[in-house]
Amino acid sequence: MGAVAVFLFFAVQSETFRSPRGIANWLDPASTLGIMAVAVALLMIGGHFDLSAGVLTGTTALTVGVVATEFGQNLWVAIAVSLVLALAIGFVNGWLVTRTGLPSFIITLGTFLMLQGLNLGLTKLFTGTVTVGGIDDVPGYAAAEWVFASKVEVLGAEVRVAVLWWLLFTALATWVLLRTRFGNWVFATGGDDVASRNVGVPARRTTITLFMTTAGAAWFVGTTLAVRLTSVQANTGIGQELIYIVAAVIGGCLLTGGFGSAIGASLGALIFGMTQLGIPYLRWDADWFYFFLGAMLLLAVLANRLVRRYAEAARR
Amino acid sequence: MSGVGGEPALLELRDLGKDYGSVIALDGISASVRAGEVTCVLGDNGAGKSTLIKILSGVHRADRGELLLDGAPASFGAPREALDAGIATVYQDLAMIPLMAIWRNFFLGAEPTKGWGPFRRFDVAEAKETTRRELAAMGIDIRDPDQPVGTLSGGERQSVAIARAVHFGARVLILDEPTSALGVKQAGVVLRYVAQARDRGVGVVLITHNPHHAYPVGDRFLLLNRGRSLGEYAKADISREELTRLMAGGAELEALAHELERPVD
Repeated sequence: MGAVAVFLFFAVQSETFRSPRGIANWLDPASTLGIMAVAVALLMIGGHFDLSAGVLTGTTALTVGVVATEFGQNLWVAIAVSLVLALAIGFVNGWLVTRTGLPSFIITLGTFLMLQGLNLGLTKLFTGTVTVGGIDDVPGYAAAEWVFASKVEVLGAEVRVAVLWWLLFTALATWVLLRTRFGNWVFATGGDDVASRNVGVPARRTTITLFMTTAGAAWFVGTTLAVRLTSVQANTGIGQELIYIVAAVIGGCLLTGGFGSAIGASLGALIFGMTQLGIPYLRWDADWFYFFLGAMLLLAVLANRLVRRYAEAARR
Repeated sequence: MSGVGGEPALLELRDLGKDYGSVIALDGISASVRAGEVTCVLGDNGAGKSTLIKILSGVHRADRGELLLDGAPASFGAPREALDAGIATVYQDLAMIPLMAIWRNFFLGAEPTKGWGPFRRFDVAEAKETTRRELAAMGIDIRDPDQPVGTLSGGERQSVAIARAVHFGARVLILDEPTSALGVKQAGVVLRYVAQARDRGVGVVLITHNPHHAYPVGDRFLLLNRGRSLGEYAKADISREELTRLMAGGAELEALAHELERPVD
């Protein structure tokens, strides 16, 4: 609904926006954001936040770069190392949250700051600068480029392959949420984790898996960035974590957990992409972008509140 | 104690006790639960009812005494172990997720699956159909199994929780204050489902502080006061008035009644 309205709003006023080429353009930022938003939505449905998700895309991208260029490894080895690292960080986040019972907001704020420092410090230590470059000179680059950063011709426009991955991940996440036991556990853990543990749901394992999924998505996006840009800045991804949460909330995720959808989060990312490129297409000042995003967020939160009221209205 | 036949009780408690640090929460509790009977546990706030539930459902371990399952000693280290032994607990907060559909709640933690390997999935059609059938068998008419549990009334939710436990092969069903938050009519509905479960051969443990709810449906009564047993009575051995009096602390209530009487002159 919201996505259609935003599309019409820009499409009516700008011809470039509605051309296949224009569509491919705004699908691009929507895709990498969308992959993250879907994973973050799953985590939010499961009742948690991950503030380290944004900076983790930087960490994984930098790891790919450093292992490939500074240690002279094949790019695929670097990508594998990066994946292991990401999953380990996701596990630590999830483990700390489930062990301590502290709000995930605080725990992941801690890992966020730590990773931010590590990204800068280690990048400087290994390269002497704040960027890692020359990723395209490493063996294995051609195949990695094909998987993470190639372009596909659709209706006369070149669409980045990340868009296809985004669609695939959205479909996969939707299926898992609605049609598997794990999906049922995600809703239950986010709805009431004490109650779900009482009926035998492995709530702890579910939460840790969700954190690792988010970290895995960050790895995918980080790798895509590294391969696509061939050089990575040490501050990559900082500030993105809130955008992921915004996209998930615009897509209907409750901040309190237990409700939401992967498709909704994808549409939230789509709205974000359309707005981000639609505003320059209309030759408006880019400052309006954040105003628009904030307004969407407020509207979405108000709509979500109605959902929750409806479901709890008849309680007792 | 009067029992059904000579077979051992489903669940028997012998001198059970539990401490929290230096506080004695329960001490010297003995009782039995038999198939097709309702054992009521009565007690005021702080009498140790919740502690007893937690021991029976595997949340805590007893510090003293014995728990016999089918006549053999048993001890549960986790709720899952108690569940696997056929002891299901319906908690006061019902262990249901308000925002989730009835059928999703019904199978929560024990979802039926089909397919194999990475394609193993939640058998949704089967889950919906079973939910509808099981609720109908308990005489519960649910309009739409897709509606969120949060839209049900308190009595309806209790009934769904009881039907769920019975469906999953509970032999012992522990109900924690199922009627405490309900109005008279809704409480009656829930007690009817308790009787239904009993008639299907389930041993029911009904925890309550209301003797008027316990007496009509109960077969035996265990009275608790400040962590200690005031005795276990079969229905034949105790009258409703006696039960109410014991429950309220007997002499204390009489003293109170005396105190509250209008002075006659």
